[in-house]
Amino acid sequence: METLYTVLQGLSEWLLGVIAWLVDWTRLGFLSGLADWLETEPVLTAVTTLLVAVIYLITLMMMGLCFIWMERKFLGRFMDRRGTQVGVLGFFQNFADGIKVVLKEHIVPKAADRGLFEFAIFAILATSFMLFGCIPLSPQFYVINVDLALLLGLAIFSFAPFSILIGGWASNNKFTLIGGMRAAAQLIALEIPILLVVVSVVVMTGSLSFMDIVSWQQENIWLGIPLFIGLITFLIAAIGEAERVPFDLPEAEAELVEGWQTEYGDVRWGLVMASDYFRAYIMCALVTMMFLGGWDGPDFIWAEIWFLSKTFIVFFFFVWVRAAMVRIRTDQILTLGWRRLLPLAVVNLLIAIALKTAEVF
Amino acid sequence: MSDEMWVNMGPQHPFNHGLWNLRVRLDGETITAAEPIVGYLHRGWEKMVENRTYPQIVPLADRLCYGSSFSWSHVYCLTAEKMFNIEVPERAKYIRTACLEIQRIISHLLWLMALGTDLGSYTILIWSLREREVFLDRMVDLSGARMTYNYPRIGGVRNDIPMNFERDINRALDLFETRLREIEALTDENQAFRMRTVGIGKIGAEKAMNLGLTGPNLRGSGVDLDLRRHDPYEVYEDLDFEVCTATDGDCWSRYRVRIDEMRESAKIVRQCFAEMPKGPVRVKVPRCPPKGTATCRVEDPRGESLMYVVSDGTDRPYRLKVRSPNYVNLSAAPEMLLGHKISDVPSIMGVMDMCIGETDR
Repeated sequence: METLYTVLQGLSEWLLGVIAWLVDWTRLGFLSGLADWLETEPVLTAVTTLLVAVIYLITLMMMGLCFIWMERKFLGRFMDRRGTQVGVLGFFQNFADGIKVVLKEHIVPKAADRGLFEFAIFAILATSFMLFGCIPLSPQFYVINVDLALLLGLAIFSFAPFSILIGGWASNNKFTLIGGMRAAAQLIALEIPILLVVVSVVVMTGSLSFMDIVSWQQENIWLGIPLFIGLITFLIAAIGEAERVPFDLPEAEAELVEGWQTEYGDVRWGLVMASDYFRAYIMCALVTMMFLGGWDGPDFIWAEIWFLSKTFIVFFFFVWVRAAMVRIRTDQILTLGWRRLLPLAVVNLLIAIALKTAEVF
Repeated sequence: MSDEMWVNMGPQHPFNHGLWNLRVRLDGETITAAEPIVGYLHRGWEKMVENRTYPQIVPLADRLCYGSSFSWSHVYCLTAEKMFNIEVPERAKYIRTACLEIQRIISHLLWLMALGTDLGSYTILIWSLREREVFLDRMVDLSGARMTYNYPRIGGVRNDIPMNFERDINRALDLFETRLREIEALTDENQAFRMRTVGIGKIGAEKAMNLGLTGPNLRGSGVDLDLRRHDPYEVYEDLDFEVCTATDGDCWSRYRVRIDEMRESAKIVRQCFAEMPKGPVRVKVPRCPPKGTATCRVEDPRGESLMYVVSDGTDRPYRLKVRSPNYVNLSAAPEMLLGHKISDVPSIMGVMDMCIGETDR
């Protein structure tokens, strides 16, 4: 099967060949071993992996930009206005914003803990980008395909409260501190229902690998139908994990200015803002993968297109919720997480176990 | 060292519309003490008008509150007329009453928009502004300005209503009444909105009266006091309208009172235009009033606004005192805030309808 790896392996083989030929052509004695080394297997694998990662990252960052664009346009429509108008259909707004934040001055507050202040941003960005790698777009288009991909993804995801708390603490500001605390409490409260729903998926499909989960759904049924309660629970918890309205408490601008990001400016803030959408993408992708059959669909268009369009539909639901809801309070989120979503997740798990025991599928 | 901390919410903070500071002492996220600090927008208004002739004060009175400028220039004109001992033509009275009620709708829509941002729903913001725009356009037809109209005059109004104004305003009201139901679908029928307002910022009737609350904030506590009914001015005696009250004294009640009031205002405007007699709209006024004092109070969209003028027989007032409803309402803020979470600050203060222009004068 032609995967992203095999395609890019050919490319990097050719690329390394060209470089080796150039090195030979220079006829410098001290470089003589280099050409041979360049054409060995480990170098080839390393270069291929790097290329795959870069291409995947760029693809998914473009997806993130599409999400931002989509939110702007759809939110505009919900509010009876047109949304952004910069460039073709407003698509250049993101680039204009990007250029703007890049040109801003980098300011670190005098009282802030400089090291941690800078580290927190990298921690949250790095984890957001790492998450991209865990999620394949199709059986061909992926970066890593390990058996525990689902677990790995959720593990990386749960690193976020840690870095948010560090960022909120290091800024040495009362608003960021409260925002960081809130983020940690909220993410942990919603993590548990999410994990229980994931367990029910694992019970049904018997695997933690996305490839297996999707192929199980291709053979049997989209899991969103038998595990409908799980789908709803996961959707609600996912909105909370992505910190979007009505659960955008950590950034509640009405009372906490900008939550834990208050002291961040320039391109760091821009990237954190974008990473919210990357995380929203991850959550939409997980919903698609686990409940909506992933890239399952008629063959006339590519599997990747199927996957991404389903993701967009899930994100449309997110935008819709944002347009319709007001922000709720921290304690209400925690109540919702522990007293509503957790029991639902348990019920969903029991349904999954019952279905599996009765060997319906 | 205690675990409590003081947080300055202001003077520059997203939740305060205007320039003021709310200091809150937080135990975790619970408010244990609150202290509103105003005065950042003090312009010396009362001193300034001592150097202006009586007609010159009308446009200045507009600037007291950008949200409901007509009601402020109107209360000034009413006070001045009392001192000049002038009887205003009947037609001018009807026009003024209609304008006051249109202004009330505009002001309440501005409040709803601010409440929307406070609670994190930008849809409420945009929709309220959309409705408000229709009425602003009508006011442009009438006076030429969108916000500070400079329309009433001592002894009447500046000009008669333009052609087709009655038809346009009736159309606007028809549209408004249907659109208000749309907004209610976003708020009343939204569980999250109820979670943020029901039972929040409770204040009992007796406490509210003792703290000097007036207007919708008082009526939300179940006190049936409306100066339009209990100390009528202009033509309110001849009109048929309800005084809207709610019993619970929480944010939800105050919100309901304002929404109902908008409907009643629409009713009053229709009546005014149906019963409006023909005739002049303005009478001649002498340059200098007789020596003496005059005081007049009206039902502003925010509460009871009062002006007290002392004349020494010259063409300028010797002293002019403004009683701002907001300044007094603000003193009840600590009472409402105590014991609630910091997340409730936007809902409590948002429902109170702040306007710093008139508070600081």
